[in-house]
Amino acid sequence: MKFFTDENSELAQEIIERYPKSRSAMIPLLHLAQEQEGWITDEAMAEIAELVGTTSAEVLGTCSFYEMFKRKPVGKYVINICTTMSCALMGAGDLMKHAESRLGVKSGGSTSDGMFTLEGAECQAACTEAPCLQVNYRHQYRVTADQFDQLIEELASSDHDVPRHGVLSRIRQHIPEDRFVRPTPPDEVVSAPIWMVTDGGEK
Amino acid sequence: MNEMTGTPIPHAPGFIANETPRIVTSRFDYEDSHTLTRYEATGGYEGLKKALQRTPEEVHNEVRDATLLGRGGAGFPAGVKWGFCPPEVWPRYLVVNGDESEPGTYKDRLLMELDPHQLIEGCLIACYAVGLSQCFLYIRGEMAVAQERVAQALNDAYAAGYIGKNIQDSDFSVDIVLHWGAGAYVVGEETALIESLEGNRGMPRLKPPYFPASIGLYGQPTIVNNVETLSNLPWILEHGAEAFTSIGTESSPGTRMVAVSGHVKRPGVYEIVNGTTTFRDLLYGSDMCGGIRDDNQLKAFVPGGGSAPWFTADQLDLPFEASQVGPQGSMLGSGAIMVMDETTDIPAAALTLTKFYAHESCGKCVPCREGGTWLEQILRRVVEGRGTARDLELLIEVGETICPGDFPHAAVPSKGIEAVPFPYRMTTICFVGPSAFAPIHSALTLFREEFEAKVAGNDHPTMIEVAVDV
Repeated sequence: MKFFTDENSELAQEIIERYPKSRSAMIPLLHLAQEQEGWITDEAMAEIAELVGTTSAEVLGTCSFYEMFKRKPVGKYVINICTTMSCALMGAGDLMKHAESRLGVKSGGSTSDGMFTLEGAECQAACTEAPCLQVNYRHQYRVTADQFDQLIEELASSDHDVPRHGVLSRIRQHIPEDRFVRPTPPDEVVSAPIWMVTDGGEK
Repeated sequence: MNEMTGTPIPHAPGFIANETPRIVTSRFDYEDSHTLTRYEATGGYEGLKKALQRTPEEVHNEVRDATLLGRGGAGFPAGVKWGFCPPEVWPRYLVVNGDESEPGTYKDRLLMELDPHQLIEGCLIACYAVGLSQCFLYIRGEMAVAQERVAQALNDAYAAGYIGKNIQDSDFSVDIVLHWGAGAYVVGEETALIESLEGNRGMPRLKPPYFPASIGLYGQPTIVNNVETLSNLPWILEHGAEAFTSIGTESSPGTRMVAVSGHVKRPGVYEIVNGTTTFRDLLYGSDMCGGIRDDNQLKAFVPGGGSAPWFTADQLDLPFEASQVGPQGSMLGSGAIMVMDETTDIPAAALTLTKFYAHESCGKCVPCREGGTWLEQILRRVVEGRGTARDLELLIEVGETICPGDFPHAAVPSKGIEAVPFPYRMTTICFVGPSAFAPIHSALTLFREEFEAKVAGNDHPTMIEVAVDV
């Protein structure tokens, strides 16, 4: 059985064609798989292995290195509370305690209704707006306990524009065929690109 | 609303304008700063057009003359780095490092979200100057909005003829491919970034070669530049190296973006004059952070991202100039300043950084993989009141397995402690391991009494207890 939907299979091919070596598409394809399924299944890794010309074990090796790839189902909304220095100095510890009690789970756990997964996370590049958190990798700034409760209510009632877990960029890069230069494989190109060849400095 | 100052949070969250000439943040005030329309209406792609009228060599020389220091952390001049590509080895690639994740660092994300075309134009100029055949724009995985803004900008720039085949009807053709990570701090290290881009676990490569410019992506010459570095190029090409070097100092020209967070009145991302602005200007200036919150005393600050040894009020008058900060025991790094006021529990603050680096160790080098974890666990029990005086020695002993010899630190004149200059020696391939030790070493050197208070009265546990704990 095929893992990727027809539409995603086409997207996968489009992504692979942008790289000089198809293995470079591995992380983007893992993201695509997670977008489709919400997490990374064995079937997804097997199919990605086939697509980029390697083994499932190699795909698992890469997949398991990166924090964002989930090897088991997670909530519709993954809430990452930053716990690194600036956020910690500005009350991230209290925010985490509040979040654990509001959601009734410990950091790392998911609510039984499958809506929320709570995680302690590392620096999210929003240090001036501490304490901050991300819902499916979208920021919330200077979060108070009340704001956290409100956020949870909005998310629970789908009254929020955060897409479900797995969806990152809602805009895809698309290279128009007539503008596409195509990749330059390392072993095929031996001369300088044409604009580097100046005829007597006339340029 | 900003709860601390009562002012509205501006369109660009975190960014605060000041009197500095604005080179990379010039469009941040516009709500549509990320669009092609706004970009073209405000001089966008003019630098590229000027570049295309000159030879690649001339463009390269312009950037070299500008002494544009890399803004990612190491501060190496971009024009010199470009020159490390071995002649006549093709193809060459450009990899844009947008994997911003150093604790406290927060500028590349704003540049990608608020002015993606400026970054794209910078990429194009670099590719033209150095003969780079393809560009991979690697954005940190956890930055969904930056990915959306850059994707849209790339699509618009392709459609408008700025990227792809025969750019602006010239013989210059290059693709820019949007790539994004999946959560791993170490991938910010340039050789790990390349490994990740090749579809592998993001582990740094053994050095030498020190620069991917000689052997990089797929074994080919590869330039890895930071987002802020590249974002400076359109301005340099439009206004010239001379205009750039007229700002700041000779060795550190131009402006740079810094993020100040923690216990200040106006935490924010500021564009400041490089080389001359001091930490005091930044932390206390009325157009910048405006002082420590609640008018408290400054206790310590991290001057250059979580990896940097700490400074105290004694170092406030140092400028943003590597040649002055280095001898005083730290580095400017990625332009991230984290401020701790007098209420801060110093050992606990150090733990928030050490646990970061322990967590982010890729596991390739044993001193980092094992030592980082040990450092975190020993420090945690000290912070929680379960440590002993022996643990304070143990922290240093474990740290010395990662960084043998004297570790850099600031001077403390009141205690008769002299500075040990940056950098350090290391037993690891990259800086993640030493970075786990840096906060501990600084905190223990500058505020030893706080650690001693935490372990006071605790008896030595047996070796078995230690082993169980660790």
